[in-house]
Amino acid sequence: MSPEKLARMANQIAAVFAALPEDEAARNVAQHLNDFWAPAMRAELLDLIASGSGRLHPLVHAAVPHLRRPAEARA
Amino acid sequence: MKDFVLPDDRDLGTPARKGPPVTLTIDGFAVTVPAGTSIMRAAFEAGIPVPKLCATDSVEAFGSCRLCLVEIEGRPGTPASCTTPVAEGMVVHTQTARLKKLRKGVMELYISDHPLDCLTCAANGDCELQDMAGVVGLREVRYAPGANHFEDRCGEAANPLFLPKDDSNPYFSYDPQKCIVCSRCVRACEEVQGTFALTIAGRGFDSRVSPGMAEPFLQSECVSCGACVQACPTATLSEKSVAEIGTPDRSVITTCAYCGVGCSFKAELRGDELVRMVPWKHGKANRGHSCVKGRFAWGYAQHRDRILKPMIRDRIDEPWREVTWDEAFAHTARRFREIQARHGRGAIGGITSSRCTNEETYLVQKMIRGTFGNNNVDTCARVCHSPTGYGLKQTFGTSAGTQDFDSVEQADVVIVIGANPTDGHPVFASRLKKRLRQGAKLIVIDPRRIDLVRSPHVEAAHHLALMPGTNVAVLTAMAHVIVTEGLVDEAFVRARCDWESFQDWAAFVADPSRSPEATEKLTRVPAAELRAAARLYATGGNGAIYYGLGVTEHSQGSTTVMAIANLAMATGNIGRPGVGVNPLRGQNNVQGSCDMGSFPHELPGYRHVHDDTARAIYESLWGTPIDPEPGLRIPNMLDEAVAGRFKGIYIQGEDILQSDPDTRHVAAGLAAMECVVVQDLFLNETATYAHVFLPGATFLEKDGTFTNAERRINRVRRVMAPLPGLADWEVTQRLAQAMGAQWHYNHPAEIMAEIAATTPTFAGVSYELLDREGSVQWPCNAAAPQGTPVMHVDAFVRGKGRFILTDYVPTDERTGPRFPLLLTTGRILSQYNVGAQTRRTANSTWHAEDLLEIHPHDAEVRGIREGQLVRLASRSGETTLRATITDRVAPGVVYTTFHHPETQANVVTTDFSDWATNCPEYKVTAVQVSPTNGPSDWQRDYAAHAEASRRIAHAAE
Repeated sequence: MSPEKLARMANQIAAVFAALPEDEAARNVAQHLNDFWAPAMRAELLDLIASGSGRLHPLVHAAVPHLRRPAEARA
Repeated sequence: MKDFVLPDDRDLGTPARKGPPVTLTIDGFAVTVPAGTSIMRAAFEAGIPVPKLCATDSVEAFGSCRLCLVEIEGRPGTPASCTTPVAEGMVVHTQTARLKKLRKGVMELYISDHPLDCLTCAANGDCELQDMAGVVGLREVRYAPGANHFEDRCGEAANPLFLPKDDSNPYFSYDPQKCIVCSRCVRACEEVQGTFALTIAGRGFDSRVSPGMAEPFLQSECVSCGACVQACPTATLSEKSVAEIGTPDRSVITTCAYCGVGCSFKAELRGDELVRMVPWKHGKANRGHSCVKGRFAWGYAQHRDRILKPMIRDRIDEPWREVTWDEAFAHTARRFREIQARHGRGAIGGITSSRCTNEETYLVQKMIRGTFGNNNVDTCARVCHSPTGYGLKQTFGTSAGTQDFDSVEQADVVIVIGANPTDGHPVFASRLKKRLRQGAKLIVIDPRRIDLVRSPHVEAAHHLALMPGTNVAVLTAMAHVIVTEGLVDEAFVRARCDWESFQDWAAFVADPSRSPEATEKLTRVPAAELRAAARLYATGGNGAIYYGLGVTEHSQGSTTVMAIANLAMATGNIGRPGVGVNPLRGQNNVQGSCDMGSFPHELPGYRHVHDDTARAIYESLWGTPIDPEPGLRIPNMLDEAVAGRFKGIYIQGEDILQSDPDTRHVAAGLAAMECVVVQDLFLNETATYAHVFLPGATFLEKDGTFTNAERRINRVRRVMAPLPGLADWEVTQRLAQAMGAQWHYNHPAEIMAEIAATTPTFAGVSYELLDREGSVQWPCNAAAPQGTPVMHVDAFVRGKGRFILTDYVPTDERTGPRFPLLLTTGRILSQYNVGAQTRRTANSTWHAEDLLEIHPHDAEVRGIREGQLVRLASRSGETTLRATITDRVAPGVVYTTFHHPETQANVVTTDFSDWATNCPEYKVTAVQVSPTNGPSDWQRDYAAHAEASRRIAHAAE
């Protein structure tokens, strides 16, 4: 999907958890992505983060260490 | 399979009562009934039918026909048994010389003003007046001809008392000459339906049943629910289908396939021709009531538009080619496997149907997970109640409403938020209105002034007419009031909820920035009104919340569901009858399709695909590995299709092109796929982009179960053979077999057995149990063998209820100079969802096109007149439709329905969606409205595409 839409969806999730303490918020964002996003979408998000081009909420960046790495990059 | 035997279906004359036992003697037999029961009902229960005309057990006794007279030892006179309650030790005689004479005299009077055309009457053989004439032994009518209501002429002149038959309603006729003025119809309209469309005009001999102000039925307030027809003892109000076909001679109990109320119906047939659908009095969701859809709008099942043969084509600009079932399955299997070989296992997926049965849905997800080998399965709940699933799981631990519908009878304060029950869930609305007439208080939270806000004998205590998109701010402000004014049920919270999460939440909502005063500017709800509503809910007794898609279909849909759950927990309104959190489900089996593992991240019974134990159950049973990663959701599938990575889809009973948001994006996604398989009754809009069409079967043509909004599993019973030759579950099985699956189901009962064996909440469910109990509510297992009417009674499913912070985050969809109005969408009573079924019935008499509701102020500044064609444009697209000017909507808000493909309201809706579930934000779109004189380019192009795409090259016979 378009990088803008992917970023928007990730940012929406981050905004919801922003009221929590930062570490807890980051874990929640990551868990949500692990639970509900298909591996292909998580891979795209990781690519987007790596490219540094998307305008992403700081919590999305903070969630990266907790993200499950997709076994196959494209399911 | 043998027809299931009907349980006792007799009319017992007056409604049941609850009370301590009272014993009396009737005709020498001792009878024990609850105190408050009528003598009539006691007699019927003892097997002694008392003659009656004006009494029926769906309405309160009236005592007007004087046929049910009895004698009571020690009491003078001959009281009416319907209005006389039983008393301990009472001795009643129902058949004495005096009573016989009185009854014969009463019948003689009735018949003196009634035509004697029994042989050609539509009610012949099904007429209580005819029965009673026989019962009392009426043999002659001694009155000389005179003034009457049934002869069109008296002598040479026209009879001024004669009223012609009213055939204005498409489904039933009103023939005043047959009327005995028993008032059963009037009382049914009041008590059962709650519309008050009927009255008795005039007095004495002049008394007539009058719809509205003596208008034709169609022009009156009548909502065509059929309650009056059901109650009428004669041919006065009768189904046109009975007049045309004749009286039915067999019946099958089944479940309506329209909304999530899940009404039980008696399908009455002659041979395999359906004569009428009659609401079944023992149905636990509807208790004998119905609406215009379930009762009457079943003609689509026989509509000439039904496609009965499988069809294929290579490209969507080619005409369809009819093929055999075998060819269709082999072709589809080959195309799907080719796609997987070229693009990967995950390049195909499927959509289960919320209109199909649990068994069918289970098979579709089984085929996708087990045979396709991925988790790319989703269902239309994605676009309606997926936030309910997420939100209630997070807070309570399970994804379902907490109550049964009976619970509303014990509610004291009812909040209806983002739902319009009188249109969307009419039978529940009637039950709710009945409770409101008894004195329960109502709070409506809705941008639009829905009928419940003020209708006959019902008025909301508070209507919080919020701006679309501000649900979270409003509910959090209510929580603010409850916490800061000390209205929390602390004992409940300490005992039942996670105290730490409560404290965090209480501190969060108590922040002054979340007060009603602080948020009034953005919600437009007056703070004092909101405070009063919050106090009422917290302190008014049993508080119940009912909500619909106006809650879920927002970018903060899941957050709103959690805000609702927070409110219920904070006020202790969970875990007993009369309270709870109740999602009103849109489609008949949305609950079931979610239960059956239709979501890409969940196996049946809401177990995450990450859960190794749950996966192992299916892996060992199915003999195939299951992907431990979540699959694609519907919007993600479409995005992946546009990106060229998702190439094939199997869609059972779902019209995503019309029902899903941002039609152009859906169309682009479908157009990018190589093999789109649509299984449906009709060539729906999605099928215009399909390469394979597999004909579907209606709910009348198959066995199975539906699960309604109260978690009630109801049986769907085959009434007639499937017109295309196969029921939907057989089609899925044959397709899976063509792709290599070793499935051998002979009957849906075997599929249910597999569901029960693998899903803990369904462990106790079997067809045998359902036939015995009528229906059960899950969880149904060893701990609850008869099912679970109320959930979370002693503990929440997750243990302690969890409060979740619900910060208001405005949607990205903003109004601005180009798009200054907010569009919100909804439904209307007579039409259902995309209208594929109801548009093919006479229901279109009430609603032939989608209309745009606009406030007089907004209309005036744009020069828009009533009924004028207007252009409705958003950032996504534009369409045209006719405007209707009304103050039901606030200035700045416009509203329409999405029932008609000519309008395609979803051309306008955006692809913004709920943060947690991607449930689309249908309820908020920034738009502009302006007068126009023709269809939009999209409408013109789409009409041409749809026509070209529906061509069928019929095989030579």
